[in-house]
Amino acid sequence: MDKSELQAIAGKERGARKPVCVSCCTAAGCLSAGGGDVMDSLREELSASGASQKVEVRAVGCMKLCSRGPLVRVEDTSDGRPVADGARLYEKIKPSQAPVLIRAAGEGEAAELPMVDLSHPFFTRQRPIVLENCGVVEPERIESYIEADGYLALHKVLRDMTPEEVVKTITQSGLRGRGGAGFPTGIKWSLVAKAISEKKYIVCNADEGDPGAFMDRSVLESDPHRVLEGMAIAAYAVGASEGYIYIRGEYPLAINRLQTAIRTARRLGLLGSRIFEAPFDFNVDLRIGAGAFVCGEETALMASIEGRRGNPSPRPPYPAEHGLWGHSTLINNVETFANIAPILRRGAEWFASVGTEKSKGTKVFALAGKIANTGLIEVPMGITLREIVEEIGGGDPDGQVKAVQTGGPSGGCIPARHLDTPVDYESLAELGSIMGSGGMIVMDDSNNMVDVARFFMQFCMDESCGKCLPCRAGTVQMHGLLEKIRDRRATADDLALLEELCDVVKYTSLCGLGQTAPNPVLSTLRFFRHEYEELLQKEVTLA
Amino acid sequence: MKVTTLTINGELVSASPGATVLEAARENGIRIPTLCALEGLSTVGACRLCLVEVKGSPRLQPACVTAADEGMEVSTDTDRLRRYRSMILELLFAERNHVCPVCVANGHCELQDRARQAGMDHVRLPYQHPDLPVDITHARFGVDHNRCILCTRCIRVCDELEGAHTWDLAGRGTNARVITDLNQPWGDAVSCTSCGKCAEACPTGAIFKQGSTVGEMEHRSDRIRFISAARARKEWSP
Ligand SMILES: Cc1cc2nc3c(=O)[nH]c(=O)nc-3n(C[C@H](O)[C@H](O)[C@H](O)COP(=O)(O)O)c2cc1C
Ligand code: SF4
Ligand code: SF4
Ligand code: FES
Repeated sequence: MDKSELQAIAGKERGARKPVCVSCCTAAGCLSAGGGDVMDSLREELSASGASQKVEVRAVGCMKLCSRGPLVRVEDTSDGRPVADGARLYEKIKPSQAPVLIRAAGEGEAAELPMVDLSHPFFTRQRPIVLENCGVVEPERIESYIEADGYLALHKVLRDMTPEEVVKTITQSGLRGRGGAGFPTGIKWSLVAKAISEKKYIVCNADEGDPGAFMDRSVLESDPHRVLEGMAIAAYAVGASEGYIYIRGEYPLAINRLQTAIRTARRLGLLGSRIFEAPFDFNVDLRIGAGAFVCGEETALMASIEGRRGNPSPRPPYPAEHGLWGHSTLINNVETFANIAPILRRGAEWFASVGTEKSKGTKVFALAGKIANTGLIEVPMGITLREIVEEIGGGDPDGQVKAVQTGGPSGGCIPARHLDTPVDYESLAELGSIMGSGGMIVMDDSNNMVDVARFFMQFCMDESCGKCLPCRAGTVQMHGLLEKIRDRRATADDLALLEELCDVVKYTSLCGLGQTAPNPVLSTLRFFRHEYEELLQKEVTLA
Repeated sequence: MKVTTLTINGELVSASPGATVLEAARENGIRIPTLCALEGLSTVGACRLCLVEVKGSPRLQPACVTAADEGMEVSTDTDRLRRYRSMILELLFAERNHVCPVCVANGHCELQDRARQAGMDHVRLPYQHPDLPVDITHARFGVDHNRCILCTRCIRVCDELEGAHTWDLAGRGTNARVITDLNQPWGDAVSCTSCGKCAEACPTGAIFKQGSTVGEMEHRSDRIRFISAARARKEWSP
């Protein structure tokens, strides 16, 4: 494989495009709403209608407005690329509507079916980098990714750049890890690049265990090659030749698409030995997790890959120094890897121009809760919570937004009066929450904050691995106290004990799960303390 | 590796090459409370009793797994650490069933010793008292899960010194339990050599010799250190 072959594949792909493209979402959200049958009916209808000279049907990934699925987009692609304002997005499509859709597409007319307004801020306020191909390329066809400039960044890196230059580009871009903690990616890469190790590994963390989060799943289901390309570039930069993707078993479709992607990339020589005729080998294997949240923690994840019980271990040593089987290992999140190819294609400066001073680029969120538009969004860092909730999300359809929860079980609830806070790592941390991996839940007055805190505590209690005592026993006790408060059986002493436990568990637990488990309690106590106090039993004074 | 010098509780001390903060403290007669650590076994940093403050580090560090670096400034006995240790012990006492007066290890229990040393004389948390089994299917030993603190010393000693790996962990969080072989009764665990190292290593009354009654189960955990040192360094004096 060389560059001209890559361009030939892209050219052939472009030449085969029909003037009108009907794209059907085949990511898990729409599939669960019946998108698979819609896809089949569209294909059958197309061949029956005889319009296949003019119209094509493509199985694409997530179109983001998941709550309105199955989604089908019809657009004019007559000049080889979609015409932006010529697209129509149909919502809640049923298989029986396929004939109407195909006929209208063939005639270049709008079908009389419910449509989503593509000029709504939900679409126009987004800034797709990670999701640029999401809902556009066909995730099961490598040619489709290559047509969208896929693997060009890998070619550039292998042929024109030294590993040091790649690390430098990532450092200059200001990219920070999207797995939760926001560690600067370039620094992490340079640590592994400099480590002296007989062998090095690349690990992609696709365990995505936060309740309600589906950002990484959507990327893997919609654009799996982007992650493989990011991993290969990372491998070249740090000197690794083997990689693992640790993905949770609850994501069968993503697993399937990754397997297809790995197989086809290997067949074209984009994975394997001497990629692009350069002295560089890289292979990727999948490891399937068994549904433990704690296995997303990097030391537990590596133990699980090695075939041991998925328990965290104390750090240091960090994976860069002592990772898989004792070798230096680079571990990054799916979304982190998904940012790599665009940075190398378009330059560090371009990437750094998006976002704020300390938080560069974009962030993908799974927007959910008491809000009109739920789904997948990608927004520039620095956008305010208000813009996300009121413009993109369309506000709360029946009532007042009370708080926004970010960071899942490790995060916190930001009250409505702080909605003008910009979304960046530092601003969210100042409010006692975290950027997290991308869960964002909008809450209204029907959500009692004590119960919200209790919900997340129950999650942490159930997911604690049990290795260290403060988390194992502390989450049980904190959960018990929260239940007692919710059920109006608690006194002021119980609340004081809860606060003491929060402090102990936060500062003495071994891994991030225990260290952050008190966060939902601490943040709701900070902003909604009255909701706790209202539930306390009044002191009984004996006459 | 070189000998290092560091400060512990304001005192300048030296540490052997490659020593942890815990070893450095012990070499200099400074006591740091521990439960999961046992000399002669690998360390896991699980019980969190040995946490210390290290100047310049925002996090507390477990002394048993933290290297004693040159110039480090360590505090082992601050008010904050004492408060945390006391709560950790309360959490342990409330987690299962530790009624000392009726325990085989009464008077010879490291959990009891730690509580006494920390001045932890009552528990403010509700006792969980889960209904856990006692396995006495083995001819010579028994395990009472109600007394287990999940320190994993039995697992490590069996794996690392005896090489049998009879013990392991099953379940997670509060449902975690030590098991023998494939979660079978200990008496049916064919890998067990009946060496008794787990009974010596166990800090509480969880693993006991059959026939012991209240206060009779004395663990000789120093034997574990002796065996390990004998193997590793050919040192034969106890
Ligand atoms: C309990 C726990 C669960 C985690 N789960 C995930 C996860 O599902 N996905 C992820 O990428 N990182 C997760 N992390 C963070 C990882 O440990 C690690 O920091 C991250 O994968 C590093 O990638 P990044 O630098 O690209 O963010 C988790 C951490 C903890 C403590
Ligand atoms: S903090 Fe919780 S999840 Fe992490 S090691 Fe301790 S018990 Fe396990
Ligand atoms: S049985 Fe004893 S040695 Fe084994 S984990 Fe429990 S307390 Fe520790
Ligand atoms: S002795 Fe160090 S954590 Fe248990």
